[in-house]
Amino acid sequence: MKTSFEPAAADPAEGVTRGVTPGGDPLARRSFLAPLRRIPNGVFAWALILPAMVILLGFSVVPMITTVWASLQEPGIGTSIGPANYERMVNDPVFLQSLRNNLLFSLVTVPVSLAIAMLMAVLVDREIRARGFLRMALFTPAMLPVIAAAAIFLAFYQPNFGLINVIAQSIGVPRQNWLGNPDTVLPSLMVVMIWKEAGFFMLFYLAGLQTISPELNEASTLEGTGRWTHFRRVTFPLLMPTTLFTSIVGVANSFKQVDFIFVMTQGGPNNASNLLLYNIYLQAFPNRNPDYAAAMTVVLVSILVALAVIQIRMFDRRIHYR
Amino acid sequence: MTTEDAVTAESTTADLFVSSVRARRIVRAERFANATELVGVWLLALLWIAPLAYVFWAAFRRTEVALTFQPFTGWTFDNIITVWSMAPFGRFYYNTVVLVVGLSAGQIILGCLAAYAFTRYRFPLHNIMFTLVLLQLMIFPEVLLGENFRLVARLGLADTLRGIGLPYLASAFFIFLLRQTFKSVPIELVEAAEVEGAGRLEILWKVYIPIARPTLIAFGLVSISFHWNNFLWPLVITQSVEARPITVGIYRFLSPEIGINFTALTAGTVITVLPLLALFIVAQRAFIQNFLRAGIK
Repeated sequence: MKTSFEPAAADPAEGVTRGVTPGGDPLARRSFLAPLRRIPNGVFAWALILPAMVILLGFSVVPMITTVWASLQEPGIGTSIGPANYERMVNDPVFLQSLRNNLLFSLVTVPVSLAIAMLMAVLVDREIRARGFLRMALFTPAMLPVIAAAAIFLAFYQPNFGLINVIAQSIGVPRQNWLGNPDTVLPSLMVVMIWKEAGFFMLFYLAGLQTISPELNEASTLEGTGRWTHFRRVTFPLLMPTTLFTSIVGVANSFKQVDFIFVMTQGGPNNASNLLLYNIYLQAFPNRNPDYAAAMTVVLVSILVALAVIQIRMFDRRIHYR
Repeated sequence: MTTEDAVTAESTTADLFVSSVRARRIVRAERFANATELVGVWLLALLWIAPLAYVFWAAFRRTEVALTFQPFTGWTFDNIITVWSMAPFGRFYYNTVVLVVGLSAGQIILGCLAAYAFTRYRFPLHNIMFTLVLLQLMIFPEVLLGENFRLVARLGLADTLRGIGLPYLASAFFIFLLRQTFKSVPIELVEAAEVEGAGRLEILWKVYIPIARPTLIAFGLVSISFHWNNFLWPLVITQSVEARPITVGIYRFLSPEIGINFTALTAGTVITVLPLLALFIVAQRAFIQNFLRAGIK
């Protein structure tokens, strides 16, 4: 029975050498938590993770299973099971367009915001005047509500009084209805996303830069290596783990973040700015088509889980090489 | 003095001369690069802050001068007052604050307990449970909004603050992050605490948590910002004004369905972001320092 009183199961010899007995330990007797010490480690650990696991499983694993189940329901009255929702999906031009839009959206916004974020981080990492202000200015958009950021840009993109048209006209570009034109609406949303995300990723790159040994910097200075060469040969490769991490987070965000569509375009014109999760929302709630929405959710979750698997592999490798 | 020494001395002088020429060239290049970088970083920072600055400017301008540049006339609080009186913003703020405080506290408490168990103990299904946590780094409750809506409604929590918060009460990201931090706690400290007779929870509280403080602060602020800004899930799960947070409450004034009223739009934006912005300006230094120290890589 003695092992159940050991604080750490990892080293059974340790408790023996100390000869701790629950009754003989004065501190244990004084603490109101003393009865807890009789609980074996395994049970204790499970009690600690249980509340978090109930929430995590309850609101992601369980709904994931019920989503798959819902997606297999055949339309109409009765309880038949079949791939009807999936057949409908592959022939649904709106779904296909939202998927295509989303892939394009991710493909552009993630690399661009990561590149800008890395540039920002390198620029504000060094000791310069007003560094605090500069960091804050770059980071502030990242903590704004997306719908507020969307409202700001909605005003800027206005065809009549919008700031962007005023600037465009002054440099000789004709006025545009940026959000009303199917060709310009998605790029216009990409700009908002990049503006929002770059400052957030900058923080991760700043954290990554702290781990690079300052001696490498000094060595480059002594060797007379140019800034660009130093960045290309030293900083960039050493930031690679950060880049892997932020790119996964960035891709996930580009699939999860659709708030600005509600404010700016409602998916229009002509579904040109419809993204996957927004389309799922439309089908699930305003269109009252939850089973069809569930089938599309399965596609979205598959994309995200594939990303998660890549991420786990990536962390495994980092741990092995350490 | 041997000949060898003389040769060394000579070559050193030559080296010094060469290196001084080179040093001067490096210094000049360095100065040019510094200037370019300085201009670049200021341009970038101004470009990034300008949209927000512009909104704060326009929100306090009378409609007829909102789009002109006349800094000495036309200032007003009317836009804010008008928008404020159009909806129960007091209620929206209250809901958001309750939600954000409750969720940050809940996520930190549940996260500390779970991360501690994952770090210190091997228990049945340890790896399976941790893999599930990792998978959930990607699957947020709003991704499964249809089924989560059904689930929360079945629990009788639709259209309540608890219904908005419950699915987010545990954060997989935080558990993962904190486990990485907890792993760096020196085993000697834990053993010392054990020798002094500290219990398992006492060790968490007195050894692990003080070391993880930067992570807790950085995550706490990220969590506050995330839930202050969260929109899609609260939009779906609430119908009544009483349960809505600020983002959903303000949405009506920000979307163009009511026709674009530029000053109302900017005033609404200011109302939404002001408290959060104030918090971040006050906590900015602490936040960035803790974020960098937390080593989120």
